[in-house]
Amino acid sequence: MGCWYTVCCTDCPCFRRIKNKKHVHIFLSIRDCRVVKGLALNRMLGYWKLIKIANGEVPMKKLLKLFTVSAACMALMFSLYACGEAPQEKKAEEPAKIDEAVAPTEEAKTVKAGFVYVSPVGDAGYSYAHDLGRKTVDGLDFVTSAFVESVPEGADSERVIRNMARKGFDIIFTTSFGYMDPTIKVAKEFPDTKFMHCSGFKKAENVNNYFGRIYQSRYLTGLVAGAMTKSNKLGYVAAFPIPEVIRGINAFAVGVRQMNPDAEVRVVWTKTWYDPALEKDAAKSLLDAGCDVIAQHQDSPAPQEAAQEAGAYCIGYNSDMSSFAPKAHLTSAIWNWGPMYTKTVEAVRDGSWEGNQSLWWSMQDGVVDIAPMGPMVPEDVKNAVMAKRDELRNGNDICFVGPIKDQNGEIKIAAGEKATDEQLHDMMWFVEGVVGTVN
Amino acid sequence: MWEFLIPLFAATVQSGTPLIYATLGEIMTERGGVLNLGVEGIMSISALVAFWISFTTGSPWLGFLGAGLAGMVFASLHAFVCISCLGNQVVSGLALTIFGVGLTHYLGVPYVGLHAPGFTPFDFPLLSQIPVLGDVFFKHDMLVYLSFVVPFLFWFFFKRTSLGLHVVATGEMPAAAAAAGLRPIALRYFAVVSGGFLIGLGGAYLSLAYTHLWTNGLSGGRGWIAVALVIFAFWRPGRAVAGAYLFGGVMAFQLRLQAMGTHLPSSLLLMLPYILTILVLILSACFGRRIEAPAALGTNIEPEG
Repeated sequence: MGCWYTVCCTDCPCFRRIKNKKHVHIFLSIRDCRVVKGLALNRMLGYWKLIKIANGEVPMKKLLKLFTVSAACMALMFSLYACGEAPQEKKAEEPAKIDEAVAPTEEAKTVKAGFVYVSPVGDAGYSYAHDLGRKTVDGLDFVTSAFVESVPEGADSERVIRNMARKGFDIIFTTSFGYMDPTIKVAKEFPDTKFMHCSGFKKAENVNNYFGRIYQSRYLTGLVAGAMTKSNKLGYVAAFPIPEVIRGINAFAVGVRQMNPDAEVRVVWTKTWYDPALEKDAAKSLLDAGCDVIAQHQDSPAPQEAAQEAGAYCIGYNSDMSSFAPKAHLTSAIWNWGPMYTKTVEAVRDGSWEGNQSLWWSMQDGVVDIAPMGPMVPEDVKNAVMAKRDELRNGNDICFVGPIKDQNGEIKIAAGEKATDEQLHDMMWFVEGVVGTVN
Repeated sequence: MWEFLIPLFAATVQSGTPLIYATLGEIMTERGGVLNLGVEGIMSISALVAFWISFTTGSPWLGFLGAGLAGMVFASLHAFVCISCLGNQVVSGLALTIFGVGLTHYLGVPYVGLHAPGFTPFDFPLLSQIPVLGDVFFKHDMLVYLSFVVPFLFWFFFKRTSLGLHVVATGEMPAAAAAAGLRPIALRYFAVVSGGFLIGLGGAYLSLAYTHLWTNGLSGGRGWIAVALVIFAFWRPGRAVAGAYLFGGVMAFQLRLQAMGTHLPSSLLLMLPYILTILVLILSACFGRRIEAPAALGTNIEPEG
């Protein structure tokens, strides 16, 4: 039993004797020496200067303190939890109340649409694009909608989806790949609710999966980039070597080479969907290597910023990124979910909605598009690109038309043929003109 | 050759700078005997504070200082839990990371995609005229130049000032420090809070100089790299700078190798910094250099009963 630090009790400069072993000297400095009882409590509450507490009071106080602390902790956690859930609760609750109020005949006419997003809607990225689609749907007079943002993939998403289904939503859009299994699972429990899962491949009686042919947009952006490059080197900051990304790079390169057969597309993998600083570094490394147009398959606008700082051009993704780099932004490959979301909820209203489908919507459906081209793009280029865009909008998929060679010069798509959906789905090779590896 | 190397080294200096601030901050904290695993959280919240202040006041310098203060506030939370309440340092640090990152995401939503005035690169007078070195070191922004000075101040503080030596004593053996008439509690508070200030400056660099726009997830794991760098640097400022540039450099190097069109798998290149860390640890063990961690690192000053 001792005092603070190395000085033992007898050495304590206050010279106070200890009669009871439960009393312990504590000194913080020579001037401040105290005799303290009940050291266990002292340690537990973690206070330095706990001054005499009478024996009888100890357990009561201890309990009281513990209770207060734990209550405070729980209150804090609860309030944080409530904060996180707030948007959903508020918006999801409202239609539920309306639902009880209106007569059943009228109810049949309204469609309640729920949306689950993986990231916040304010980031100008992937979820933002989906939320623009939701807003379009919400503007229809027969639809009420609600969304939950920043839902982690996995067990949490299952809870959120089930919660929505239980609240009587007619159709639920789950917009991230990782929601696939939770969606299928919840869909089994709620056979009357319809589900739309984005970017996956599983389907069921009441579940469709859907995605958009963004490569068509990328092909058009490639045409613009190919016309604008002077160094004949274009940079592409890409996230992960998966077919979805590789397809986009290939479509971009095909577009570039149609405008400029000598150009090459250099690819840098970041191995992350979202790391603004790393994405900017990757863009800079491409710019240093002589690239004068930067395209991206990343969710942050950092590569755009890098291009503008270096006086080069850039091509955005997800939504119109011109606000991030007004001087450099040529165009963006953008998602436009509004038209197809509208068709989907109309189908739900009319009872013509069918499950068990894999939908891959194209530019003809209006799901993918390009942002307005910047003022630096010459008129003739604009016209040429818009002509190709019209072809795509008319349903003629001109992106991958043979002969298309891979990096080794082998013909992958024979002359005159178009790539099949299967070829597109499994695309794990680069077309000629791309500099980089797929691993 | 130089065309490839000079931009590479310049990029190295830039990506190493936030690591320098954060690593020095963590060294400061750990020299006082407190382990702070909340670097990632402190960096992200102070990046947001820097952005917010710069955005509202239009002054990046105010934002820079504000980020330091935010770092101090968060670090003092850690200090209170660990030093006053004798909480577990590892748990408190991890909690701080989760809390800081979460709070940043929550508060940062309205600012996503907005621009704030920040520090822009300029040629340092005279020094930028030096061939090669000038291009590599003296064509950056103000915060990079500041990061050249800080390690020297840091070294001076720990080697030549009594306060610095007192902090080291507290980290080595608080009991002895107390017996010598020092106040280990106050010194530990000082170490943690001033370390938090430096970590906060690292966060400010991310949102004021690295990019000028706010996006969530800006810290992107750099806080954890800083924690690893402290061990890599054996708690010394000079090595910390070298380590920060090494990590930044390897990252910049692998991106540039890809951009050059080499056909090496990028996954292999991404492993380089971590392979290097392991190599350095093995080599230093082989050549008999002990890892000179502060002896009382991670242990609280507990009253013996």
